[in-house]
Amino acid sequence: MADRAPAAAPADPPDVTLGGAAFDALVRALDAGESVDHGGFTARPADADGDGYVVETAAGERREGLSESGLHELASEHAAAVTDWHFLTERVGEGGPRADFVRWLEGVDVHGVDAEGVIARYAALADGAAREWGQLLVSVRLGDRGDRVYEVRHADEAGADAADLDGHDDPLEARRLVKFDDDDRYRPLKTAPTLPTGWVFADLDHRGVYETVETVYPATVANWHREREGELDVNHWRETMGRQSGIYGVIQTWDRGEGHEHVNWVAEATCDDSQCLKRREWEYDEETDLDVDGGDGVFPCREPCSLVVSAARKWTKLEGETERTYEFELTPSEKEQVETIIDAVADDRTDEIREADVYEGANRYRTRFLRAKRFDEAGNLCGVPTEPDEE
Amino acid sequence: MQALVIVAHGSHLNPDSSTPTYRHADTIRATGAFDEVRTGFWKEEPHLREVLRTTEADEVYVVPLFVSEGYFTEQVIPRELRLSGWDVEQWGSDGLSADQATLTAADTGQTVHYCGPVGTHEAMTDVLVRRAETVTGDPDVGEGFGFAVVGHGTERNENSAKAIEYHADRIRELDRFDEVRALYMDEDPEVDDLPEFFESDDVVLVPLFIADGFHTQEDIPEDVGLTDDYREGYDVPATVDGVRVWYAGAVGTEPLLADVVLERAADAGADVENALESVRETTRVATGD
Ligand code: SF4
Repeated sequence: MADRAPAAAPADPPDVTLGGAAFDALVRALDAGESVDHGGFTARPADADGDGYVVETAAGERREGLSESGLHELASEHAAAVTDWHFLTERVGEGGPRADFVRWLEGVDVHGVDAEGVIARYAALADGAAREWGQLLVSVRLGDRGDRVYEVRHADEAGADAADLDGHDDPLEARRLVKFDDDDRYRPLKTAPTLPTGWVFADLDHRGVYETVETVYPATVANWHREREGELDVNHWRETMGRQSGIYGVIQTWDRGEGHEHVNWVAEATCDDSQCLKRREWEYDEETDLDVDGGDGVFPCREPCSLVVSAARKWTKLEGETERTYEFELTPSEKEQVETIIDAVADDRTDEIREADVYEGANRYRTRFLRAKRFDEAGNLCGVPTEPDEE
Repeated sequence: MQALVIVAHGSHLNPDSSTPTYRHADTIRATGAFDEVRTGFWKEEPHLREVLRTTEADEVYVVPLFVSEGYFTEQVIPRELRLSGWDVEQWGSDGLSADQATLTAADTGQTVHYCGPVGTHEAMTDVLVRRAETVTGDPDVGEGFGFAVVGHGTERNENSAKAIEYHADRIRELDRFDEVRALYMDEDPEVDDLPEFFESDDVVLVPLFIADGFHTQEDIPEDVGLTDDYREGYDVPATVDGVRVWYAGAVGTEPLLADVVLERAADAGADVENALESVRETTRVATGD
């Protein structure tokens, strides 16, 4: 963002103060007999025959028999390491989607938690680090006690002044914010690339940022985490449709063992990055990949979603019809215009076509002209009835 | 750690379908009785298939926000949640008495207490009555009033009619309203003929539905004759053949429904401390406003 300070030199970690909570947690851990080894700062309780605490630092310093105030002095000198330990280990914890996501946001998997890693991360965090998650921009910066402050907004508004956006602080408010797109249309698919703009969650803690992101894009962090652990349970098209029952049971009949072209069409229609930001990992079945690209999304899609299942039910019925040959008289330009109109609807472009742009085939006047000329009173294209016996 | 997961139908078309689910989840979350309160849907996200993996607790109480036992509660929800070894016999239900079954979710390993739907819990009777109080703005409504509970008939699901009958009987036993009837949308006694079934001048009509949508906002108001065209809305009360009909809309939108969700979880062994009291207290403001 424009108003961010330039990055500090990597060798020079930003000034953080060792807060009481971090120091208390350190003392608690050591008094419980644990040792702490983080960011080049190593501390442990003295052996049974010794007294106080033992501290070693990356600079080669070693002190034994430290009192609590001696420990405090050294820990304060290494406030970056100690606050980072406190944040990652004690507050965020280990394992699970939330902890993984919080670490990923600040690049723990890239920089690590050794002395250099902490310095590099703290330098980046002081400046403010940001990552995209679907259409979200998730930023994190360092508080002066080594705490983290997170912000979530629409990625298209990366440069906007937060004061110009509607501020929110309860992650659950995101449920209402993302229900409709900027044109007030209901968004049945949360990962459709139609996230509305104009809002910001400016001051979240690590739990709040996770909740907010998971509210905007439910279960995306959970599945992304599983994928990183090598445990994503992908259910392909055939098993998913095979599981359906009730009114959706019919979809199984669409798979006739004659190939998977129909599923290519489904994926192209619904799962393309222009329609859904999840990266489709499901295929036709375990052996048969689809021929269309799954997309580049950061989070995976592990099985056909309910929207796809509902649409597939309709397509199963429609695709049960036999093809017929119709004969239509059209000029070459009219044929192309029909194609342009289909493209415009499929690409959701009709809103962008200007009123008087009669050079555009999907323009309203052009389309009305085509209808006036080529439809009969019953709405049949070129007067050709849908059913032959209607003539 | 114990979590509550409320599961509901949701909709691809109706943006209001999830609203009651969210609202009741918020009411219960505010009591602090559960470490986590989550919502999952059949048609929205997180999907039933994935809601458990958004839940950190290893002990999960799942309460279906459905009005009766049937296809969804018996087949769809357990299957989509991947409840290992589920068999509807575990509920040992006569169609009204499902309480809970303890199972393991195959994909997450969580212990899941799978509860019966809110619609068949006895506390639902109180919500229906509360709905009557809300729509009339009278906490003592009863005398001089008839009460109609309306739902789908047996055509879709025989248990749906059982639940309607059950609550109509219980409301009758309260001896509070002059007359109580169970009416149906697709069989006799049909809601279309409402005035024929009542002698009272005033009748409260409460649909046993979770969310407002097509049935409660379009079908019923037109069928009963509250309006000729649902898009133009209807009055409350609206006079139909000399009867003042106080149409309440879906009972599931009544704040007190949160209490039934909690009761379900508590019956299944959840430690809800004083949350029941507090929910009854906080949802009380709905009366008379
Ligand atoms: S099935 Fe397709 S449209 Fe549905 S969530 Fe997955 S990628 Fe998106």
